[in-house]
Amino acid sequence: MSIAELQEELIDEFALFDDWMEKYEHLIELGKSLPLIDPAFKTEEHIIKGCQSRVWLHATLDKEKVIFTADSDAIITKGIIAVLIRVFSGHSPEEIAEADTDFIDTIGLKEHLSPTRANGLVSMIKQMKLYALAFQAQQKN
Amino acid sequence: MALDVAQIRDDFPILKRTVNGKPLVYLDNAATSQKPQQVIDCIVDYYSRYNANIHRGVHTLSQEATEAYESARKKVQAHFNIGHSHEVILTSGTTHGINLVASGFTSIMKQGDEILVSAMEHHSNIVPWQMLCERTGAQMKVIPMLEDGTLDMEAYQALLSQSTKLVFVNHISNALGTINPIAQMIDRAHEYGAAVLVDGAQACSHIKPDLRELDVDFYVTSAHKLCGPTGIGMLYGKEEWLKRLPPYQGGGEMIAEVTFEKTTYADLPHKFEAGTPNIAGGIAFGAALDYLNGIGFEAIAEYEAGLLEYATEELLKIPGLRIYGSSSERTSVISFNLEDIHPYDVGTILDKLGIAVRTGHHCAQPVMDFYRIPGTVRASFAFYNTREEVDKLVEGVKKAQMMLS
Repeated sequence: MSIAELQEELIDEFALFDDWMEKYEHLIELGKSLPLIDPAFKTEEHIIKGCQSRVWLHATLDKEKVIFTADSDAIITKGIIAVLIRVFSGHSPEEIAEADTDFIDTIGLKEHLSPTRANGLVSMIKQMKLYALAFQAQQKN
Repeated sequence: MALDVAQIRDDFPILKRTVNGKPLVYLDNAATSQKPQQVIDCIVDYYSRYNANIHRGVHTLSQEATEAYESARKKVQAHFNIGHSHEVILTSGTTHGINLVASGFTSIMKQGDEILVSAMEHHSNIVPWQMLCERTGAQMKVIPMLEDGTLDMEAYQALLSQSTKLVFVNHISNALGTINPIAQMIDRAHEYGAAVLVDGAQACSHIKPDLRELDVDFYVTSAHKLCGPTGIGMLYGKEEWLKRLPPYQGGGEMIAEVTFEKTTYADLPHKFEAGTPNIAGGIAFGAALDYLNGIGFEAIAEYEAGLLEYATEELLKIPGLRIYGSSSERTSVISFNLEDIHPYDVGTILDKLGIAVRTGHHCAQPVMDFYRIPGTVRASFAFYNTREEVDKLVEGVKKAQMMLS
């Protein structure tokens, strides 16, 4: 599936829930099912600092696809990370660099991506895109 | 003397709004208090009727504005029982006051001198002292904290020496609500000739400090914590100290005479009030003090103590909930965590329920490091909060626990 198709799939998935509690419960479940980041990458070097919760992000290029793994110490943040990884991981650097994140708004989780929230997610998306750009540059060389 | 909370709540228009479809339960009073209509009206009235620059105009508006501003200074003086009105410096807030003193001490401190700072300070407040140490070669020493969230007074006594020039401590900790024994700390510091600066940002909404009786050298606070607007606060300094400190900023209002060769500084308090001040804010600061004194600090303290006790009891019934800071001397702040649950997650669920709490390290990283936690959920109560709101908080925390574990 393309990034756009994955986003559509998530929008449909979240549309099944009527109220915020069910939506959050689903998000928390997604967070719990997030494949664990290799503890070797849970270091200062891979940390994205937010005032409120911390996020670790790691990226590798495997057969021209970017593979992201990540973690957070807060479970709701982790849920959003799981959503972002489901959408972005396993795609080409070009596709990731060009993708937008408006679907988070459509799902109804926009507030978590507010820069004032200080949970590291805005920086995480920026970092994912930077990885994609870096891999793109690497491929060209 | 019981409070009529229903009537008080009517004074605060914001308490009628909803958040995420639920009635707002505002429990982030330690970050900032809400404003009563009386204070809001005061600001509107100033800009609608007599907005003018102060201390220089001969025209009527300027005189009215100057009188209102200076009358606010007198209200601050009376409220804190300060000897002279010129010992009241109106600042932009607590941080401004601290920086003013720290900057002034540059000309007083020298290599080998020491500053004692408590371990439970707001971390932004540690920075001005670090800068002062860099400028002067003085050394900063930390007064440690005990497990119950109180200061280690024996260690404090041991740290004091002839080298101690300044002691900086908060009256009440923002992270834990602990009331520090400042009267005792001031007395001991004075035995060594050290000056004491007390940060009253968290204290003044709960208690009415008598600065003359405390014999404190400097005291700072912010109006927005006590129902006043943001961007205004006060620095109290003993006259002898304020005369010794050099001006902090240059500009209008702070000068008596200027030629290109030399400037003569204005008398106190204007020496420290360069430029056009926050006039509306200053006047509204006075209105906020009037409002609080109209309710009465004894009644406020008694009511808030009741809320704190009730909230503590009810929260502790939740299995796996830990409260940080257990000093018997505390104000209505409860810092807590649920076992194995991140405070950010709890705060997010509570927000969905219309309940405003603070989560994180409360700008008191050293306190969080002490307990080895990333942060806490902090509920802080004001006299306009109710037991029903405490119940909603408890229900909300239970719901968060159910969802998050």
